[in-house]
Amino acid sequence: MMGQGRLAAWGIGLAALVALPFVYRDPYHLHILVLILIWSFAYTSWSMMGRFGLVSLGHGGFMGIGAYVTALLWNHLGLSPWIGIPISMAAAGTLALIVGYPCFRFRITGHYFVLVTLALSGIVLQVITATRDYTGGSLGYTPNRASGNRLLALQFDDKTTWYLIALAVWLFGIVVWHWVDRSMARYALEAISEDEDAAAAAGVDVTAEKLKITLLSALMTALAGAIYCQYQMFITPDTVSGIAVSLQMVFAAIVGGLFVSLGPTVGAIITILLAETLRIGFGTKAVGWDNLVYGVLLVLFIIFLPKGILGSLLDRLKPQRKVSRAHEQEAVQIVRPGA
Amino acid sequence: MLEVSGLVKRFGGFTAVNNVSFRVDQGEILGLIGPNGSGKSTIFNMLSGTLAPTSGSILFAGHEIAGLAPHRIINGGIGRTFQIPRPFRRLSIFENVALAGFYGQGRHSRARAEAAAERSLAMVGLPTDRHASVDGLGAAGLKKLELAKALATAPKLLLADESLGGLDEAEMDQAADMLRNIRDELGITIIWVEHIMGVLMRVVDRVMVLDHGEKISEGLPSAVAGDPRVIEVYLGTDAETTQAAAAEARRRAGG
Repeated sequence: MMGQGRLAAWGIGLAALVALPFVYRDPYHLHILVLILIWSFAYTSWSMMGRFGLVSLGHGGFMGIGAYVTALLWNHLGLSPWIGIPISMAAAGTLALIVGYPCFRFRITGHYFVLVTLALSGIVLQVITATRDYTGGSLGYTPNRASGNRLLALQFDDKTTWYLIALAVWLFGIVVWHWVDRSMARYALEAISEDEDAAAAAGVDVTAEKLKITLLSALMTALAGAIYCQYQMFITPDTVSGIAVSLQMVFAAIVGGLFVSLGPTVGAIITILLAETLRIGFGTKAVGWDNLVYGVLLVLFIIFLPKGILGSLLDRLKPQRKVSRAHEQEAVQIVRPGA
Repeated sequence: MLEVSGLVKRFGGFTAVNNVSFRVDQGEILGLIGPNGSGKSTIFNMLSGTLAPTSGSILFAGHEIAGLAPHRIINGGIGRTFQIPRPFRRLSIFENVALAGFYGQGRHSRARAEAAAERSLAMVGLPTDRHASVDGLGAAGLKKLELAKALATAPKLLLADESLGGLDEAEMDQAADMLRNIRDELGITIIWVEHIMGVLMRVVDRVMVLDHGEKISEGLPSAVAGDPRVIEVYLGTDAETTQAAAAEARRRAGG
């Protein structure tokens, strides 16, 4: 249940976020904010299933499909991203079902599921690199500049426009997260993550519930890839697809906090600021350092702070609030005995 | 209401259940007893869909359910509890039961599921507070939660698996009375698997005895308790203990 106070806090925060680009126009900082919002959405999409113990290392694949299918349809068939994006999402969704169904039907869980999804990620990366005549391979790919209607081509030079689009997409992700969190499906998925047989004995169709959340997560991740492609206007297999991107999603979601709605957002802020700091501070000497830092931090977080930064912080705050109320009541009783 | 014929389950070369047939009538409490490894839980797992039978037929309310997926069987009107309670610890007590009320009754509405949860929790005597944690429950509480989860799926037939293991005598009697109340008040037919023979004999209408996957005896509790085959395989061959146990069983069944 969301209290009035929390709702008000969300409202004020959102109003401030919407107003931001109109009062603060530094293009570099807006660029960083757009990146944070898009990646936050991608990480939130991953955590939709990750929070239920469905750890996927295949989401780089879904993101790559979102980005590449949209760009290829635009360049080769002249299909507007407004149509291309739904097609790319459908493609990622279909792939998710093809990989997910046998896994869930035949109870491939835990480490084995992670390995299957890891393979998925690798395969998508290989396909993009191997079909270099179309995709540009590892050199990357650029959607053609629109000659006509910019809105139809979903191409804007204006950072403010992109900031607002990214904000809307990010907000959509948060809303979907809360929608799932408050649905009966969350009970079912929590139950499945603990004990599949017991969940089935409560009447839950385990395979269907797992497929549904996987599909939702894959569709959202593909959307994130497509939006990223439209914003950057340049994609490479390494930046939108593959195992590194998948690992980055896991890292960010875990560091931020898997079990709270803004956890992946906090994760995105940390990862992107870290990457930017390393890039600016050390330039080309630090290429790949961010991955090294991610790896070390990931190990430390899983051991010492499994609920992530935001999750642990909120946990800290909760009991303190209760304690302070108990103190208040004690104080009342001391002042007015018998009250 | 339930008609099982020629039920067989093999695990590789091992036959866990060998050609077992029985029937359960509407409103009856059937006791299913037998030593460890006699196939009781395997039969339960086949009735509830957790395991698919190697061969044989299970007719429930006129429909063949052998080999159906568990969620379809649960939604068809068979509820089950597990021998070792399997609560969902990330959910509250109420959410555990509401989950069963929602998914076990064809996913109608949240309001209906929550109403079912409240009724079931009240029936077994657990608090209906929405946030009470499972971690606060002891052995008896966890068994009650298992039962509440099964009841929330609105079963016509309840499979209660060794509900009394780990309880003291007062709790055992209480639990046995609860099963009888469930039958009397809700009209739910029950198959009760148990290894504590005494309490079971007091409540059930009929008993079926399994040994090494085969049915060796079936009938009224008093008759089964005196069956020499049952005394031999189930209670052991040590003469003194056997006689004492048989006498105890007869006393329980009579009173």
